[in-house]
Amino acid sequence: MKTLREVECGKTVKTVKLHGEGAVKRRIMDMGITKGVEIFVRKVAPLGDPIEVKVRGYELSLRKADAEMIEVQEEY
Amino acid sequence: MSVKIALAGNPNSGKTTLFNALTGSNQFVGNWPGVTVEKKEGKLKGRKDVIITDLPGIYSLSPYTLEEVVARNYLLQERPDAILNIVDGTNIERNLYLSTQLMELGIPVVMAVNMMDLVKKNGDVIHTKELERTLGCPVIEISALKGTGIVEAADMAVKAAESKKEVVPVHQFSDEVEAVLDEIEAMLTSVPESQRRFYAIKLFERDDKISLQQKPDIEELIQKAEEKWDDDSESIITNERYVYISSIIQKCCTKNKQGTLSISDKIDRIVTNRWLALPIFAVVMFIVYYVSVSTVGTIATDWANDGVFGDGWYLFGIGRSAYEEAAEEYEINGMKVDAFIEAAEEDGISVKNIQSVLEETDMDESEMEDAIASFAKKAKNIETAIDLEDEDGNVVETLNVEIEDFETALQAVQEGEPDPADFRVWVPGIPVLLEEALDAVNCAAWLKGLILKGIVAGVGAVLGFVPQMLILFIFLAFLESCGYMSRIAFIMDRIFRKFGLSGKSFIPMLIGTGCGVPGVMASRTIENDRDRKMTIMTTTFIPCSAKLPIIALIAGALFHGAWWVAPSAYFVGIAAIICSGIILKKTKMFAGDPAPFVMELPAYHWPTVTNILRSMWERGWSFIKKAGTVILLSTIIIWFTSNFGFTDGKFGMVEELSDGLLAQIGAFIAPLFAPLGWGDWKSAVAAITGLVAKENVVGTFGILFGFAEVAEDGQEIWTTLASSFTTVAAYSFLVFNLLCAPCFAAIGAIKREMNNAKWTWFAIGYQTIFAYIVSFCIFHIGSLFTTGEFSIFTIMAVCLIAGFIYLLIRPYKEEERLSISSAKV
Repeated sequence: MKTLREVECGKTVKTVKLHGEGAVKRRIMDMGITKGVEIFVRKVAPLGDPIEVKVRGYELSLRKADAEMIEVQEEY
Repeated sequence: MSVKIALAGNPNSGKTTLFNALTGSNQFVGNWPGVTVEKKEGKLKGRKDVIITDLPGIYSLSPYTLEEVVARNYLLQERPDAILNIVDGTNIERNLYLSTQLMELGIPVVMAVNMMDLVKKNGDVIHTKELERTLGCPVIEISALKGTGIVEAADMAVKAAESKKEVVPVHQFSDEVEAVLDEIEAMLTSVPESQRRFYAIKLFERDDKISLQQKPDIEELIQKAEEKWDDDSESIITNERYVYISSIIQKCCTKNKQGTLSISDKIDRIVTNRWLALPIFAVVMFIVYYVSVSTVGTIATDWANDGVFGDGWYLFGIGRSAYEEAAEEYEINGMKVDAFIEAAEEDGISVKNIQSVLEETDMDESEMEDAIASFAKKAKNIETAIDLEDEDGNVVETLNVEIEDFETALQAVQEGEPDPADFRVWVPGIPVLLEEALDAVNCAAWLKGLILKGIVAGVGAVLGFVPQMLILFIFLAFLESCGYMSRIAFIMDRIFRKFGLSGKSFIPMLIGTGCGVPGVMASRTIENDRDRKMTIMTTTFIPCSAKLPIIALIAGALFHGAWWVAPSAYFVGIAAIICSGIILKKTKMFAGDPAPFVMELPAYHWPTVTNILRSMWERGWSFIKKAGTVILLSTIIIWFTSNFGFTDGKFGMVEELSDGLLAQIGAFIAPLFAPLGWGDWKSAVAAITGLVAKENVVGTFGILFGFAEVAEDGQEIWTTLASSFTTVAAYSFLVFNLLCAPCFAAIGAIKREMNNAKWTWFAIGYQTIFAYIVSFCIFHIGSLFTTGEFSIFTIMAVCLIAGFIYLLIRPYKEEERLSISSAKV
C-alpha cells in the first residue's frame, strides 16, 4: 500500500482510499481529497514537514502524519 | 419587519470584501456568544431594514471546528430569511461543497460567484445560467474587489428573503444513497418537509451535535450501508457530494487547459522554496519587527506616552533641534562653571559664596553681584579644561575654560534651563494643559492627583499603545490578506506544533519581545481556538522591552553586570513557553480538541487599502474598548492605594509611598514571597507596581530606598539592593517578575482576546503560579548549591521539579472529536 506521504515532489497520484476516522479524516475529505481524485504533490516545507499538494485546482497543505492516512496509486 | 440575510462562504473567498462593500460603515463587530469567534453584522446600504450577518469563513457544516459549529447553530436556530453564498470562481469545485450543504437547510440561497474578473483573465468560462438550472438557485457573477454585481446580488438576496419560500434541495446523490436517505426522511415526520433532507443526512452521518426532539433509531440502517460501501457513513456522504459537484463542473465550467503557471504560482515557487523560504521569512519578520517595534513603533509610542500624555511635543518636529541645541549649550555651560569652581577650590580659593550664588539661596541681587565679582578677582588666573564626550564616552573635544569663559557661562546658567515650550511649534501634553486648567479653578490637591495621576495616566496607558499597535495591525492585515500568513504557518509548523502552538504563533512571540500588548493582540491571526488560547497564555513569558530595566537592575546590582544574565532571561522565557505548551496541551482544558493541520494556501493577491485600514481600525478599536476598562480601573486603584493611607490614625492622602495602603498590602502579602527568598515588603510592593508597567519595579525600589529619581537601570540603588538580596534570591525575584502576571495593559489585551473572564483568570493565574513555582525551585535548589542550605523547602523543590518533569513527559492522546460547550446562539 502506498500512501501520499511517500510520494515524491512533482508526481501526480490518484486517491484510492482514506484510512482513519473522525475529525481529521472528515476535514481532509471536506477539503476535497476523496476517492478517485487526482493529487499533485507540489513541495515539502523547508523544515521537511508539512507538504503542499494541488487538489481540485487549489493548493492545500497537510502534515505528513495526516498524509499517511491517504492511500494512493501512481498514475501511468 | 426586518429581513435577515446570512453571508456564508469559504475562507479567502472575498467574503469580508463583499460584506464591507454591502454594508459600508454600518457595522457592529462583536463575538458569537460564549466563544472567541468574531461576529459581524451590518445594515445593507440604503436598506435600513435588511440586516446582513457575516458568518465565519468555513469549508463545511461539519461539527468539527468552532467556526463551523457557530455558523451551523446560527443557521439552524436563527433561521435567516436568506443565505447569500459567496463562491470563489477561481476555485469553484471546493467552494461548491459548502453550497451543497447550505442548500439542504431549506433556506433560500442566492449564489454570488466572486472573482469573475480573474476567472475571465485566466481564460476560463463559468456558465452561470447552466449552473442556476442545475443547482436550482439564482446565480450571479460578481467581483467584490471591483464592486461589480454586488448591488444586484444584494437585491436578489433580499427578493429571495421576502419571498419566504421554503426551498427543497434539488441535488441528487447516487440512487442507492438516495434510497437510504429516503427511508430516513420518511421517519422524520415531525420535521418540516424542507428541512428533512438536512436532518436525514446529519442523522445518517451520526452527527451528535444535532438536536432533534425524537431521534429515530437508524443505527442498523447505517451499519448496513457502511458494510455495503466499505466506508463510514460520513465519508459516504462526503464522497457523494464531490461526485455530484464533479458532474456539475463538467457541465457548467470550461477550463482553459493550458498548464501555464499563474503569477501566484511563480511567487510561491520562490517564497516557499526549500532553500529561500527561511531567509525570506527572516527578512519579512525583520521588516515587521524593525518598523513596528524598533523604529516607527517606538517613535509612535514615545510620542503618545511622553508627548500627548507627557510634557508635550513639537508639531512635526519643528523647533526640536533648536531646543536640543539650547539644552546642550546649557549643559556645557554648567560643566564649565562646575569645572572652573572646582579648579579654583583646588587652588585654595574660597568658593563658598560663589556656590551659594549657584544654589540660589536667598541673596539679593547686589549681594550676588558682589560674590561673583570678588570670586572673579581672586580666580582670574585659574585655567582649566573640560572634555566633551559622545554617547560612548569617547572624548570628542576639549574646551579650555578661563575666567572670561567662566563669566559668560555663569551668566547663561543663571538665566535658567531652556524651556521646551519657548521653541515653536510646541504642543503641550494633555496632563500639562489639564494641570493648568485645574490650577486655574483652584482644584483640591487630591482631586487634581486623581485626575492627573489616576485617570489621565490610566487613559494614557491605554491610548499610549494604540499608535504602535495600529502600525503592527497594518502589517498583520497585509500579511493575512496577501496570503503570506498561511505560508508562515506552513513554514514554521514543524517547530511550533511540537509544543501545541501554531506556526502563526511566531509573530505574537516576536512582537512580544518588544511589547506584550500588541503581541497578545497579534494572536488574532491564529484560526485554531486551542492554538490561539495557548499563544495568548504564553506570549508574555518573553521578556518585553519594559522588563529590560529589571534585568539591568538585577544584573548590575548583584551580578556585577555579568554578560549571561540578560540572555538567561530570554532563555527562561523561551523555556517557559515550550514547557507550558507541552504541559498545557496535555491538560483537560486543551486536550479535547483535535488540531488537524489541513490548511488551504490561498493564491497570493494584492490587498486593497480600504480592507487593510478597516481591519487595522477594527482591531485597534476593540483593544481600546475591551482592554481599556481593565487598564484604566487598575491604574486608578494602584494610584489610590499608593497615595492614600492611614497616618497618625487618620485616613487621608499620604506624602510617602511607604505610608500608603499599597505599602501595607505589600507588607501583608510579603510573607507569601518569603519562600522565594525575598519576603521583604519593599520587594513585594515593587512587584505589585510592576503590574502597572514592568519598568516601575526599578523606580519603586528607588523611591523605597530613598532616592527621588533613579536612572533606568537604577544604578543609584545597586549597593543598597545588593545588601538586601542574596544573588540567588535576586535571580528568583527577576524570574518571578519576568514570568508572573504581565502589566495591566497586557492583562487587558489578554481579556480582549480570550473574550471570556474564566479564561482570562485562568491565564493570569497560570502565569503567576508557574512563575512562583519556577522561582521557588530556583531559590531553593540555587541555595543548596551556593550556600549548602538544606531544608524542607529543598525537598519540596525537588518534588516540584519531579512533578514538572512528569507533566512534561506523560503520554497523552489527542481526541478525535471536538468537544465544544455548545453555547446557545
